[in-house]
Amino acid sequence: MKATSPQQDLLRGIWRENPVLIQMLGLCPALAVTNSVKNSLAMGLATCFVLCGSSVLVSLCRRLIPHEVRISTYILIIATFVSVADMSLAALAPEVHKQLGAFIALIVVNCMILGRQEAFASKRPVGRALLDALGTGGGFVIAIVAMGVVRELLGSGSLLGVPVLGPDFEPWIVMILPPGGFLTLGFLLLALNARAARRERRQLATREGATSAALPSALAAGAARGDARGDARGDAAAREGAR
Amino acid sequence: MSDLLWILLSAMVINNFTLALFLGLCPFMGVSGRVSTALRMGLANIFVLVITSICAWFLNTYVLPSAPYLRIICFIVVIASLVQIVEMAIKKLSPLLFQQLGIYLPLITTNCAILGLAIFQTNRGYGFVEGLAFALGAGLGLTLALVLMASIREDAELAPVPRVARGMALVLIIAGSLSLAFMGFAGLGSPT
Repeated sequence: MKATSPQQDLLRGIWRENPVLIQMLGLCPALAVTNSVKNSLAMGLATCFVLCGSSVLVSLCRRLIPHEVRISTYILIIATFVSVADMSLAALAPEVHKQLGAFIALIVVNCMILGRQEAFASKRPVGRALLDALGTGGGFVIAIVAMGVVRELLGSGSLLGVPVLGPDFEPWIVMILPPGGFLTLGFLLLALNARAARRERRQLATREGATSAALPSALAAGAARGDARGDARGDAAAREGAR
Repeated sequence: MSDLLWILLSAMVINNFTLALFLGLCPFMGVSGRVSTALRMGLANIFVLVITSICAWFLNTYVLPSAPYLRIICFIVVIASLVQIVEMAIKKLSPLLFQQLGIYLPLITTNCAILGLAIFQTNRGYGFVEGLAFALGAGLGLTLALVLMASIREDAELAPVPRVARGMALVLIIAGSLSLAFMGFAGLGSPT
């Protein structure tokens, strides 16, 4: 395994290997509970807590866990922390707990968490494991809060329950319904792809001088691109909001 | 009887696990490339969901009343082990069936649809028969969503899709449209 600096361990998960936007892990909660910023934040923090707790414990026990039953052991550890999160949230914020419903319990099967245990925490000392968990958890929170901002802004015209778009705004109800989750993430990925493609083209252009880099298929799908561009603006605003 | 039919129908189309509740997205995104694989994955899902439902009913009736705080841990451990045992049994008894479903079974065990079913069933207080109807409906709904998605994706491969939209972005937007279409079923009645 390649050696990495502590700083890299922390920062990697936040953007370059963002669990939701790049690795496409943990999609169920990212789509299910992001219909408002408050729910997204609660879900993100709960997931972050479970990830940090289990990473530390797995890392501490890494010499004790037999190789053959490691996955079951990780799942047991994760399930324990999820139970703690579930009960704490039910006691501290019963209203949020009710809205999130079964999805808090479903953190157990979030593949992002199990993935970090298997790929990182089980092989590294505690400090590094915690940094990695914080980075990955932070990336997760940023991604789902960004989605929450877009969906709540367009779907109810408010942020954190405070109306911001004025009384004349006609809410796009579809954004807070299930299809809105799929569409928001789809367009978010489209915007990221477009950004990556543009950067690639620019690098190519500087390397080989002026080249015609226009995509032939781009013309054929003018409508789709129009959509993507419109949404890219919304998403950029969402990312700003998340920061 | 009509109650059971309603539970089945509601889990299948109105509250479709994948398209309305976002459960079981990993197989939905991962193995929906071909209709034949999607169909087999769906069947394996129905199978595991029914086992899960029976399991959850048993645990809820006989074990968990005395230790409610162990619910999440108990569900995941018991379901995962039982599926493993059933997998071994199928391998021994019917190699043909194992060949068709086998590789998906371990994948499915840690799928949110499975745990989700157990938790929903508990929260709604379904009995044994109602649980079975719920599991069957959920499984059929998953299969329906998977097969629909796979057939659209097979066609999308031949379509002139812009390069930026290839891959996951396109899959998610297709899923969004499908989900939008399924919203129409909400007219059948208020979701419970």
